[in-house]
Amino acid sequence: MSILSLDKLTKNFGGLMAVDHVSFDVNEGEIFGLIGPNGSGKTTIFNLINHYYTATDGKIIFKGQDITNKKTFEIARLGIGRTFQVVKPLRRLSVEENVMAAAFARESTFAGARKVASEMIDFCNLTNVSNMKAGGLPIGGRKRLEIARALATRPSLILLDETAAGLNPSELDEAIDIIKGIRDKLGITIIIVEHIMKVIMNISDRIHAIAFGATITEGPPAEVAKHPTVIEAYLGSDYKMEGQNYA
Amino acid sequence: MEDKNKKSPFVTKVELGIIAFAIILPFIFDSSPYFQGLLIFVLMWVILGTSWNLLAGYTGLVSFGHAAYFGIGAYAAALPYYHFHISPWWGLLTGGIVAVILGYLLGIVVFRLRGPYFALGTLASAEILRLIFGEEEWLTNGHNGILYMTTWVSKYPYYFIALILALGAIFSVKFVMRTKAGYYFLSIREDEDAAQALGINTKKYKNISTVISTFWAGMAGAFYMIYMGFIDPEVVFALHNISIITILVGIIGGVGTIWGPAVGAVVMVLVQELFRSSIFGLAPSWVSGMHAFVFGLLVIFVILYMAGGILGDWDLIKKKLKFSRKVETSK
Repeated sequence: MSILSLDKLTKNFGGLMAVDHVSFDVNEGEIFGLIGPNGSGKTTIFNLINHYYTATDGKIIFKGQDITNKKTFEIARLGIGRTFQVVKPLRRLSVEENVMAAAFARESTFAGARKVASEMIDFCNLTNVSNMKAGGLPIGGRKRLEIARALATRPSLILLDETAAGLNPSELDEAIDIIKGIRDKLGITIIIVEHIMKVIMNISDRIHAIAFGATITEGPPAEVAKHPTVIEAYLGSDYKMEGQNYA
Repeated sequence: MEDKNKKSPFVTKVELGIIAFAIILPFIFDSSPYFQGLLIFVLMWVILGTSWNLLAGYTGLVSFGHAAYFGIGAYAAALPYYHFHISPWWGLLTGGIVAVILGYLLGIVVFRLRGPYFALGTLASAEILRLIFGEEEWLTNGHNGILYMTTWVSKYPYYFIALILALGAIFSVKFVMRTKAGYYFLSIREDEDAAQALGINTKKYKNISTVISTFWAGMAGAFYMIYMGFIDPEVVFALHNISIITILVGIIGGVGTIWGPAVGAVVMVLVQELFRSSIFGLAPSWVSGMHAFVFGLLVIFVILYMAGGILGDWDLIKKKLKFSRKVETSK
């Protein structure tokens, strides 16, 4: 069953088509990868889904409801959590307070928010730094804090924006485990934007590839990786020729 | 935070001690209405500083125009008296409410702005009010101001009214900062975009913070009218003497700390009076013009060396003191 559908979603900034009639359906319980070269419009799609940007045209349907014109905070309350590519920790608050602020989206009491926060902090392996100020965390911790905070709003769909970028190999394995756990243990559907192929190929059920704001192809990871237009988009037309020769 | 599921008590023992001390304090200066008057000014600045601190220190909305709410509160008490001979004492009911209404109306405009633009927007709104109240003589008696024979000569009643208002301001802020709204204020301060993504209705919570903040600023203004018995637009809507000093009280004491503005208010009034009185007449008279200068230096020092203010950087200050003591003993 589809949890989120984009219907010919379009955004232009002046003359630039940042997102050009992109449509896809994300099924409940799925890990849905969104790939494309730099500047292809992945983060813009996220920003349209949670309405940081207003779509020029097209529709976003979440659980059967049109959310295209809902406000950012309303969308979060409906159950779409997100992380930011450029992390946005609440610097002068502790890790615990960061996650508690998010938990208040569903919990009205201090004790309730604290309980949810401690679960999510534990889930993202942040328990030993939970009293540290978020501004003092190393990048790996900040990325995991982004996830913990998004999870604490109790979403049914989470948008992960390059949560693995800038991590070292051991942190990367940890991140993959956490991301898989979000779906397998918490039952949350995931849309993930990622450049690191190890991550995206490993965990995605389906991948949607875009370039210059428009859809190239969609399918299982192995298929998308071999698609000539995807290879061209990432590596240029020279490689497309080679790809075809070897295929 | 030590015990997992228990919060610290709402009123701590230290706070009870401070309250008890504040109750005894005017009786210690029984023979000196001058000192009692200073204490009343301290309390007035506690109210204003605490009000500003909720908005700027906790919610990140740095207002440069708190005189707008202070002034409107003062005029809410004064205007019914001037026109209809209704006692200014009603101002202690209406002053806060009128300020809240003004805060909401100005909010429609200034909340569209962020950061420095918000600060400039608030600064401009207070200046606009100062000019309007100065020019519209039919309504406000213009620059001649409004005069009222104060009710009591004794300072005691005023002191205790101010004390109740100050404690009301401090503990209302303390209370709200322990609720969900408090967490939301902090989230908005740290990152408004992130706050929205966490499901926080930032507009609503900015308004809640503004309501509480402007209420107390308006109450401080109404109290000022009742206590001083005279206001004019240049005094109560003053950019430097009200808006800026309010900010400095907050910064010196500690932005985003419950008792910071109270500490700031004490320091500010102390410095002001020490210099205004030429250090009680011991120094040459030109020193009396130096209070703003010295206070300015103090602010620069605080911003450079303890950006968290006296209370905000208290741990740091203690550490420094201990460290320097250790160095001395090791020699």
